This record gives sequence, C-alpha cells and structure tokens, in this order.
Amino acid sequence: MISQIMGVLFDGFAYGMLLFLLSVGLSVTLGLMNFTNLAHGSFAMLGGYVTVTLMRDAGWPFLLTLPVAFVAAAVASVAFERTLFRRLYRATELNQVLFTIGLVFVMAAAAAYVFGTVAQPVRVPDYLNGSFRIGGINFAVYRLFLIGMALVITVLLVIGLEMTRFGAQVRAAVDNQRMAKGLGIDVDTVFAVTFALGSGLAGLGGALAIEIVGLDPSFGFQYLVYVLIVVAVGGLGSIGGSFLAATLLGVSDVAGKFYVPQLGAFLIYAIMVGLLFFRPAGLFGKR
Amino acid sequence: MAGPGGARVDPHAWLARQTRWSAPEIAFWLAALLPFVLFPTYLTLASQIAITALFAVSLDLILGYAGIISLGHAVYFGIGAYTAGLIAKHGWGEPITGLIAGAVAATVVGYLTGLIVVRVRQLALLMITLGLGFLAAEAANSMGRITGGADGLQGVRVWDLFGAFEFDLYGYTAYGYSLAALFLVFLLSRRLVHSPFGLSLRGIRENQRRMPAIGAPNRARLLKVYTIAACFAGIAGALLAQTTQTVSLETLGFQRSADVAVMLILGGTGRLYGGIIGAVIFMIARDQLADMNPQYWYFWIGLLLMAVVLFLPTGVLGGLARLVPQRWRTA
Repeated sequence: MISQIMGVLFDGFAYGMLLFLLSVGLSVTLGLMNFTNLAHGSFAMLGGYVTVTLMRDAGWPFLLTLPVAFVAAAVASVAFERTLFRRLYRATELNQVLFTIGLVFVMAAAAAYVFGTVAQPVRVPDYLNGSFRIGGINFAVYRLFLIGMALVITVLLVIGLEMTRFGAQVRAAVDNQRMAKGLGIDVDTVFAVTFALGSGLAGLGGALAIEIVGLDPSFGFQYLVYVLIVVAVGGLGSIGGSFLAATLLGVSDVAGKFYVPQLGAFLIYAIMVGLLFFRPAGLFGKR
Repeated sequence: MAGPGGARVDPHAWLARQTRWSAPEIAFWLAALLPFVLFPTYLTLASQIAITALFAVSLDLILGYAGIISLGHAVYFGIGAYTAGLIAKHGWGEPITGLIAGAVAATVVGYLTGLIVVRVRQLALLMITLGLGFLAAEAANSMGRITGGADGLQGVRVWDLFGAFEFDLYGYTAYGYSLAALFLVFLLSRRLVHSPFGLSLRGIRENQRRMPAIGAPNRARLLKVYTIAACFAGIAGALLAQTTQTVSLETLGFQRSADVAVMLILGGTGRLYGGIIGAVIFMIARDQLADMNPQYWYFWIGLLLMAVVLFLPTGVLGGLARLVPQRWRTA
C-alpha cells in the first residue's frame, strides 16, 4: 500500500517536472510582456519533432538531439517574436489570444502535413530504459533522468534569475516595465532573450515528453491547457510558483487517474477553478 | 464615429438616433427570407447558420460590448441543448415551451457561474471560463446514462410547431423557427446595447476603473449581461437540439466555444451584425470545404485568424464601415 502510494507520487512528480519544463518559459514571458502566448505548446511540439527527425533520419543519439531541440525552438520563437508577436504587444488580450490560437492551428496542420497524424515513436537509448526497485518501489530510469534534468534546470534558472545581472534586469522588467526602461534597461532585448530561453525550454520539454506522453500534431493544443493551468495557478513570472503548481498538477493528475479514473480530469479543473477564484493572481503571483 | 464624445450632444437624443432602423438593416432582414425561395435545398444549412448567428450574438454581448473574454461560452449552449433535448425525449415535445425551458436552465447556470466569472480578469478569467467549459464537458460525458455520453442524446421527438408545422426533412419549419428566434433575440439585444445599460457596459469595457469612480459599479452590471448572454446561448442550444432532434457532447465542447469566437472576430466584435455576418461566412465556408481533411480546414482557419487580427482588427464589418461615408454609419 505504502509502496503503491510512493510509486504514484514518483510518477506524478516526474510528470510534474515535465509540465514544469513545458510551462516555466511562458510564466516568465507572460509576466514580462503581458503577452498571452497560447502558441507556447506548439514550440514544445517543434522541439519534439526535431528530436524525432534527427533520430530517425540522421541516426543521431537521443541525448545529442536535446540541445538541438532547445535551439530550434528558441530560434523559431524569436523569429516569430521579432516579426509577428511584437506587433501585438499593445493589442487587446482577445486579439493576442486569437492570433496565437490561429498559430497553434497552423502549426498543428503543418505538422500533420509533414509528419502525418500518427503518433511518432522514439527509441530512447538502452541505458535510459528499464527500471529498478528500492524498498518495493519501482523507479523507471527515464523518469529519474527527467527529474534530474528538471532539477538541474530549475537550479540554473534560479541562479540565473537571482544572481546575474541579466536576471536582475528581467526581474526589474517584470515588476515595472516603464521604470526599468527609465533606468536604461533595454527591455526589448531582455524580452527577446527571455522569450527565446523560455521557448527553448519548452522545446526541450517537448523532446523529453515523447517517451512519456507521445507526440502527434495535437500536442501543442493538448498540453496547452496543462501549461496554462501551471502558469495561472503558479502565478506569473514566479519560477517557484510554477515549480510548485507543476508538481501539484502532475501528482494530482497521476493520482486522480490511478485512484478515481471515473472522475477523469474533473478533479483538476475543479481544483483550478476553485484556486483561481480565491487567488486570481495564482499561488505566488503579485498581480 | 459620431458619439457622446461629440460636442454638446443630448444623450437621450443620441441614444434614440442609434436605435432608428436604417435601410441596410431592413434590407438585411428581408434578405434573410430569400433562402426560402432561392435555396430551398439549403434550408437545413440556413437554419444551422441562424442558430450559430444567435449564439454569436449572445457571445458578442459579453465579449464585444462588456469585454468579458470567455473561452467557455458553449457551456450555456450545451445546457440549453440538453435541457430541451431531455424534455422532448421524456414525453413533452412541444417546441416553444422546450425552448423556454432550455433558456431558463441556461439562465440559472449562467447566473451561478457568472458570480465567479465577473470577479476575475485577464489570465484568471481565461482559465476559469476554460475550466468551466471542461468541467461541463466532463460532467456530460460521465453522466452517460442521462446524456447518452459520447453517443449523443438519441430519441428526441419534437412535436409540430404550434401543432401545425411539422419539422420536415427539408428544413422549412426549422429555418422559419430559427430565424424567428434569431430575430426576436436580435431585437432584444439591439434594445439592450442601445440602452443606457448597454452604454455603461461599453464604459466598463473601455475602462474598468473609471466606471465605478463615476458611480456605476461594475460587477452587478457584468453579472446581469453575463446572465442574459447565457440565456440567449441557451436558446440557441435548445433550437439546435429541437431542429436536429439530437444532442451531442460536441454542443458544449471547447471547439464550439473557440469556433464562435472565431466567427465573432471575423465579423467584427462590438457590432450586433458582426456575429451574424461572421457566422454566415464561417458556416458557408465550412459547408463548401466539408470534403477537406479537418486538419487542413483548421490550417486555413488559423491563417485567417492571424490575418484578421493583424490586418482587420475590427472584423469584416469594421473594415466595410471604413469605406462607408460618415453620415450613413450606425453604431
């Protein structure tokens, strides 16, 4: 019984770490520019397809494709940001939502055109396969790897945001964009770099997600809701909040599906609506 | 735009002038009768368009006029549809009372959920309306014994309209019925948006903080219009259930909420005709392109959305309005 609960907690935590990677970038960019980018999940999908293509057609090893997935998503997102998104920073929220949903549709259709609608298989290397038992709990190696990656990235993010000059500029711009500009911070560039980093992390998350949840053209849409839940519940611009919200969501999703499958996703949406009703700015949001 | 911002306009005279019927409007509604004569084989589609237009008008009230961005408006559509469908299935097939029952059910749910919705803004608002939509879809899915689940509600039997007009295969009755409902709801909405209440909604949309400061608190007004919009959406849903004699889970799915927002933005928000024009364009395009793989249909929808937001932010009607001389304009 105990080991079963521990197993669910472990799987849920690994799933939560995946959701964290997918959503932390959106949390920061939304806090920074107030730009509601619903296409964030599509950049994750892009990263996933980069990994699949490199492994299948070019025979690259899995681990080597991960940085490429990161860079590809980052570069693509900056291209969109510089050419299209930036025209909409002053647009109404509705226009931002509709524009980026339009982009999700287009990217999903493009993925279906290029790769077909079937789920893409990916073979992770043998040393990431399999599992071992400690004290009756089953630890899947790949999930441990995922958790390790996410924790390293979290530490890097926190250090980068709290201890570097660039991080200070990002925090200043999130808190008060006009004041930051007044102090001579180039908010435009700060935003572009943050946007690239955030989308890159999503791309990395997308590549890592294939083994756990699969990859097909509806990915950008399917995980959009989860990503938005993490961002909204965690609070904009808060890494700690996103981490906590992603963990909560991951564990409750896995536990809910395991113990009360008849409720489906009901529980998660109910919790989200309730939480946001009492704390509209999220658990750690300032605004 | 000639508006209250102009010099020395008597507000009552201005409002009265807004409510006057213009020639293009009358022509528009007369043209809505044309399908009976010109396209008698397309009346089923025409009735679907009228229903969708009614749904889009209801969304326009909250989104275009009051500025509440909702990603879950299909909830009320679905509740109206299931209520009307269930009543007809269980032995009371009279259409008008079924329609009223659907509207009442949607109104009650709209009021209760509105209590939550009007308190939040921005991302939390998007997420709560989205969440409510998913909750409703999950609930309908899990109550399969009542709603029929994924198979849809079967065995809906609707009696003849006024005991005289049978819901025929060609859709004569369906279109007449839907069009009449659309026209009535349109008249009500038109009266509403040109009333001082409607004007205060636009004020809230433009500046959430200033309205309470000049003595017009937001929440009660937003709750009122949200409830009214839910009622109208329920009417649209009930119409769909009665004219198609079935209700599927899709009636309250996210797809329907998203589609109706697309139509509204396409036609132009904050104009009652925007939703109607958008619904006409969207539904006819979908009917014509029905052979296309849905994947690619959404490619074009996505591209269209991006283009409209970038180049035509006030929609088709807004774009047209710029071509029309000032003195002909209506709001």
